[in-house]
Amino acid sequence: MNIIVIGHGMVGHKFLECLAESGATDLKVTILCEEPRPAYDRVHLSEFFAGKSAEDLSLVAPGFFDADRTSVQFDLKLNAKAQLIDLERKQVLVNVAGVEEAMHYDKLVLATGSYPFVPTVAGNQRKDCFVYRTIEDLEAMLECGSRSTSGVVIGGGLLGLECAKALRDLKLETHVVEFAPRLMAVQVDESGGRILRQKIEELGVTAHTQKNTVEIVDGRQHTHRMNFEDGSHLETDMIVFSAGIRPRDELARQAGLNVGDRGGIVIDNSCLTSDAAVYAIGECALWNGKIFGLVAPGYDMARTAAKHLLSHRDEAIEVPVFNGADMSTKLKLMGVDVASIGDAHGKEAGSRSYQFTDERKQIYKKIVVSESGKHLLGAVMVGDASEYGTLLQMMLNKIELPESPEFLILPQSDGKSKPGLGVDALPESAQICSCNNVSKGQLCAAVASGVTNIGDLKACTKAGTACGGCVPLVTQVMKAEMKKQGLAVNNHVCEHFPYSRQEIHHLVRVGQIKSFDELLAKHGKGLGCDVCKPMVANVLASLWNDFVLKKEHAGLQDSNDYFLGNIQKDGTYSVVPRMAGGEVTPDGLIAVGQIAKKYGLYTKITGGQRVDLFGARVDQLPDIWEELIAAGFETGHAYGKSLRTVKSCVGSTWCRYGVGDSVGFAVRLENRYKGLRSPHKIKFGVSGCTRECAEAQGKDVGIIATDKGWNLYVCGNGGMKPRHAELIASDLDEETLTRYVDRFLMFYVRTADRLQRTSTWRENLEGGLDYLKSVVIDDRLDIAAELEAEMQRVVDTYECEWKKAVTDPETRKRFRHFVNSKAADGNIKFVEERGQIRPATVAEKKLLDIPVVVETV
Amino acid sequence: MHSDQQIKHWTPVCELGEIVPNTGVAALVGDQQVAVFHVIDRSQGEPQPRVFAVGNYDPNCDAAVLSRGLVGNLGERIVVASPIYKHHFDLTTGECLEEPANSIPAWPARIAEGKVWIGA
Repeated sequence: MNIIVIGHGMVGHKFLECLAESGATDLKVTILCEEPRPAYDRVHLSEFFAGKSAEDLSLVAPGFFDADRTSVQFDLKLNAKAQLIDLERKQVLVNVAGVEEAMHYDKLVLATGSYPFVPTVAGNQRKDCFVYRTIEDLEAMLECGSRSTSGVVIGGGLLGLECAKALRDLKLETHVVEFAPRLMAVQVDESGGRILRQKIEELGVTAHTQKNTVEIVDGRQHTHRMNFEDGSHLETDMIVFSAGIRPRDELARQAGLNVGDRGGIVIDNSCLTSDAAVYAIGECALWNGKIFGLVAPGYDMARTAAKHLLSHRDEAIEVPVFNGADMSTKLKLMGVDVASIGDAHGKEAGSRSYQFTDERKQIYKKIVVSESGKHLLGAVMVGDASEYGTLLQMMLNKIELPESPEFLILPQSDGKSKPGLGVDALPESAQICSCNNVSKGQLCAAVASGVTNIGDLKACTKAGTACGGCVPLVTQVMKAEMKKQGLAVNNHVCEHFPYSRQEIHHLVRVGQIKSFDELLAKHGKGLGCDVCKPMVANVLASLWNDFVLKKEHAGLQDSNDYFLGNIQKDGTYSVVPRMAGGEVTPDGLIAVGQIAKKYGLYTKITGGQRVDLFGARVDQLPDIWEELIAAGFETGHAYGKSLRTVKSCVGSTWCRYGVGDSVGFAVRLENRYKGLRSPHKIKFGVSGCTRECAEAQGKDVGIIATDKGWNLYVCGNGGMKPRHAELIASDLDEETLTRYVDRFLMFYVRTADRLQRTSTWRENLEGGLDYLKSVVIDDRLDIAAELEAEMQRVVDTYECEWKKAVTDPETRKRFRHFVNSKAADGNIKFVEERGQIRPATVAEKKLLDIPVVVETV
Repeated sequence: MHSDQQIKHWTPVCELGEIVPNTGVAALVGDQQVAVFHVIDRSQGEPQPRVFAVGNYDPNCDAAVLSRGLVGNLGERIVVASPIYKHHFDLTTGECLEEPANSIPAWPARIAEGKVWIGA
């Protein structure tokens, strides 16, 4: 079968790909491409100005047309312009590089696309006036830009603003002239347009709305002078017309195919034109009175036409039907999020809208709901389009809205998640991640294969890994599917509290709850257990910073927190005095050594730059600590879910390369945050220069000196699953950095799950790094002051737990092995290895054959 | 279960007030290490102090540490979680929930005259 495709643009090429995928062996396809190069990505055309080459933008996979790669015979003719179509003889008259030729077809596909509309303005053909469509257009603009100082885009729509970005990238003073009263008039309403304009003007692009250009004449300072209807004028060196597109239907029109009144080749649901041997796809086609100027519907048409064409030979092929397309869009224009969904202007009769404007942060959001209030009809978002995914699915799938739909777009306090949509209502085919084209079905399949957390799901499906906007939705799909599969999805702490750690933190904070019993009585049941008790103790300590061994808290503490040491495999404890920043005096070291020697403890240097003393029995702990405290030490919290150490390199004080005093800063930070109880342990690192000897980028909080201040990294981890920390702010002074760390830590304390390190917390944080930055730095949730105050309370109420324990006789009494005897635990036995003690193995204990109970001295 | 009739000998181990509510202590009874727990039971309305006695030695880790475990309930059972590998032991029967082969002895315990008594 002979197929001729006229036009090798994005949609034309998609059609070829569909044919190639079919594996058909008897297709001979001739492609007529009037441009000098095969199909390229017009959607990302502006990247040409940002340094991408024509090759980078090519859509044709290497070897695509090679005979050995595909069963279809492709013949791509470049610089080939179709002149005439003869429907009766099934012929196309072609001019290939000046030579005319008549070619026969069995099926003809028109993928001629569109051309830029240039308004009829006197002078529109002047030199240095351009359109923005092909790589040749861009090359000409590039040349002109190099000898210009200013540029004007006529047209403030989506493409016009893309084009304005291109001119700005060329370092031109950039203006946008729009006939309508606002930018992006089709997608955005008046209030949204106002915010968009503010944001774009801040980026150095001047917008002129409600300007009707009547003529372009010679300028005085610049090449052109544009005269507007209202009497004003604007001078510039180059002009780009971007005032919309018109379908290229001239061939079809001349051949006698049906075309629309305002242009466009009329097609049916199979993309067939009025001639049964001719298809039209893409921007040249008119379906149901509509032209689709986006690439996704064009691709749909290409798939439909290809399947329909092939189905004539193979009845097994199911032919899809083109049913129109949703024109919702979300894009980043010069870094500004803009999204438009469905009926953005509330044109449907009886529809009602909800709007939210934040003029400080320059965010505008609107939703349009049906008269019944049950369905979402449309939405507009400018400045922040994070709800795009959810809202789009709600609109597309006609999902019933929650009772108060306004909360879908209102900012949430307390980092609580927004009301979601019932994802069960979504069909399997619903596209959840539009960036990477991941459907609900694919996500469910991944969950079925055993993926049960959002981080892993993102890694294995790629969903949510590009713009991240769909992550909340992906999470909901995951949870719903897990529930269906009977997997435990609830993040309830345990059987005693039907809440997550984050919710419990909230209940305790808002309800001013001061004890476990009070919380259990109000929000839980039973006696508690080894999961919820330490967790609640931890939350109470984060918030109120009471002494952890106070009578009402004592029974909640894990053995480590109860005896303020790390329990080891034989039931002895390790003792770690704090050495902030890893700094210790010789006298301090000697004292630690003498105490270790006196009690026969095993000593080892930890990874956190301090000394760990092992093998202390419970009854020895208070005596050991009494001596350590007398030598000027305090607890190192090695046993707590709390700040461990702030590791530092020696820094500018001694190091010839150092640019910042990393030890000094590390000591101050460690002393500030010591004792803070958190969902899991926290480690810091401070490096004095970019050589990073403190390995700060592998820590929960990493700080690296620069010649202008300090760079702040967060959410790194070594250990089981290493994660590189991410930079959230640069060149900070110490005070600002400390405030950011206050906020970061307290936000983590508020929102993390039990035993969730900052790295996994960050992996699972909806909105990702951008969201974290917006909370910590931009104070998006308006909680920064609160978080800082909470941290300050913890800092101000700090007490060394060991000092308190050894001086309080009631507490001290608990440090004995037997309640009714002064005997020590006879089960603890040591043997010597490399000059120090180690716990005896069970076999060794039998050999030692020492009586079970030994009296202590 | 044990019944008072079978108990030959009750040993007082400490004052009830010596055990912080909802924690345990170890007691030496003969040459046995016994973990004694003081639990506030709220299941019958008014909070009631109850005491339990089980072996202090956790066979899962070969350490005498159970008195330092956290007490609580799992469903109907009142349990202690070993501080080493978090195995749960039923305080009434000594059964190890995760590794029944590693269950431990349990003794009757009662409160009388402000003291905690262990029966053997």
